[in-house]
Amino acid sequence: MSLDKEKIKHVAKLARISVDEAKVESLTKDLNSIFKFIEQLNELNTDKVEPLTSILNQSLRSRKDEISDGKIREKILKNSPKENEEFFVVPKVVE
Amino acid sequence: MSKEKFDYFIKGEKGKYEVVIGLEVHAQVLSKSKLFSGSSTKFGADPNNQVSLIDSAFPGMLPVINEECVKQAVRTGLGLNAKINNYSVFDRKNYFYADLPQGYQISQYKNPIVGEGKVLLDMPYGSKEIGIERLHLEQDAGKSIHDMDPSNTYVDLNRSGIALMEIVSKPDLRSPDEVNAYIKKLRSIMRYLGTCDGNMQEGSLRADVNVSVRKEGDTNFGTRCEIKNVNSIKFMQMAIEYEAARQVELIENGKKIDQETRLFDTKKNETRSMRSKEDAHDYRYFPDPDLLPLKLEQKLIDDLKKSLPELPDKKKERFVKEYGLNAYEANVLVSEKEISDYYEEVAKLSDKKLAATWMMGDLFAMLNDRGLDISKSPISAKYFAELVQAIKSGEISGRIAKEVFEIMVESGDNPKKIIESKGMKQQSDPKELEKIINEILSKNKDKVDQYKAGKEKLFGFFVGQVMKLSGGKANPQLTNEILKKLLKG
Repeated sequence: MSLDKEKIKHVAKLARISVDEAKVESLTKDLNSIFKFIEQLNELNTDKVEPLTSILNQSLRSRKDEISDGKIREKILKNSPKENEEFFVVPKVVE
Repeated sequence: MSKEKFDYFIKGEKGKYEVVIGLEVHAQVLSKSKLFSGSSTKFGADPNNQVSLIDSAFPGMLPVINEECVKQAVRTGLGLNAKINNYSVFDRKNYFYADLPQGYQISQYKNPIVGEGKVLLDMPYGSKEIGIERLHLEQDAGKSIHDMDPSNTYVDLNRSGIALMEIVSKPDLRSPDEVNAYIKKLRSIMRYLGTCDGNMQEGSLRADVNVSVRKEGDTNFGTRCEIKNVNSIKFMQMAIEYEAARQVELIENGKKIDQETRLFDTKKNETRSMRSKEDAHDYRYFPDPDLLPLKLEQKLIDDLKKSLPELPDKKKERFVKEYGLNAYEANVLVSEKEISDYYEEVAKLSDKKLAATWMMGDLFAMLNDRGLDISKSPISAKYFAELVQAIKSGEISGRIAKEVFEIMVESGDNPKKIIESKGMKQQSDPKELEKIINEILSKNKDKVDQYKAGKEKLFGFFVGQVMKLSGGKANPQLTNEILKKLLKG
């Protein structure tokens, strides 16, 4: 698999990363060499190997269904782009 | 079974088209706290007051799963006769939106917690099985409010991180009526199980609707469109009707249907393309590195299975067998757990068949008029049973019973007390009735002669007079018998 310039731009858009047109060329080259390195792994036969989702041989830790958090609106809203006492305020998004 | 036939087709100029529908239902899990955080899930709280650092995606926060949400998903899976998977995995579904602070939704992709199952629908043309493809757990998003400010969108994250069950059906539905029956059945099962309150007004139950059409008799599916986030059965039905007609028109004009995401505009009653979702299907799923795979002990599943309540299908069977109800009556009375509980309490204390008739008639009409759930009924099950018994024993007539019923609704009083204090008891003493009837016959000698000469229609007149003189309390059956006997003599 290799990446072309269009693919790079698409992935950048999905990731919300702004990429300078001038940099696309060198990025494509860099990423392709990284891909090539990773693709060496395909030489291994993994037909009978389950995909590994975690290196810890444990099951998921769980918690009881209790209310133990929340009511910290002031703290949370400090991250809002615009100030408001109750809501996050963001640029209009309309369908 | 009814002899009605299924006949929902869209008629085009070049033939009839079958509509193929599949639903992705999003059902909010009933739990006190969220799927991966300890914030409350209570509906209607002040904006952003039920948000933790996890729900608002502050850096470095780790999600920890709520064991009750897992159990609720398993219960629901069991209620859908589905395979429970002992091993499931949480993945990140990546997309960018203001009400999704993480930039991804934690969901399950390749390995859902619940696999294939089925739901039975009672349609007028017989029972129909709808396949369930899967059920998986995921996080709900926050809520965007667009109408508070002309140039900004307001975001409330209270809903962000609440557990959802996404229940995906197979493309087995064929009409808006079947969609209606399917949603109601799912809702009923989940309410019996206590896993989702099914409140569509509050958004606890919403659906994405997949619609395609094909010529009648075709076995291949057409290209489908997905209508996002429809929050009432009525709107689902309207959206399906509009969308199916639109697709038929495209096909008949030799045009291609684009597989796309559409939204239903409830004001204009039409679906339209959501251009903003162009990249929406590029979700780049991958296993969430913050969460280990979810492994369920078989014992946990078995224990949950044992503790399930009786579900609507089983209860319906039992109502038919135990109470002698017909399939229609049983179906109505098991539709909500509260209704079935009320009925069983009444049936224990009174005539089972008559109780069903009166519940589905006068009681439901009254509750409907007042917009009340049965749990808020002004008439208790015990008093309702006493009323049914008073009718059954002949103490009062059906007509008087309606009056007693009205008074019970207003006063909440015991029917016995009402019948007693208002002197509403039915006149069932043959001697008393004979006295009244003789009095009427002697006052109307001319009509008696006409009756005997063959004008039998006059019988109704005599009955009317008896009712009038007795203040409506004469036992109708007895009145008929005695009248017939005396008119012969």
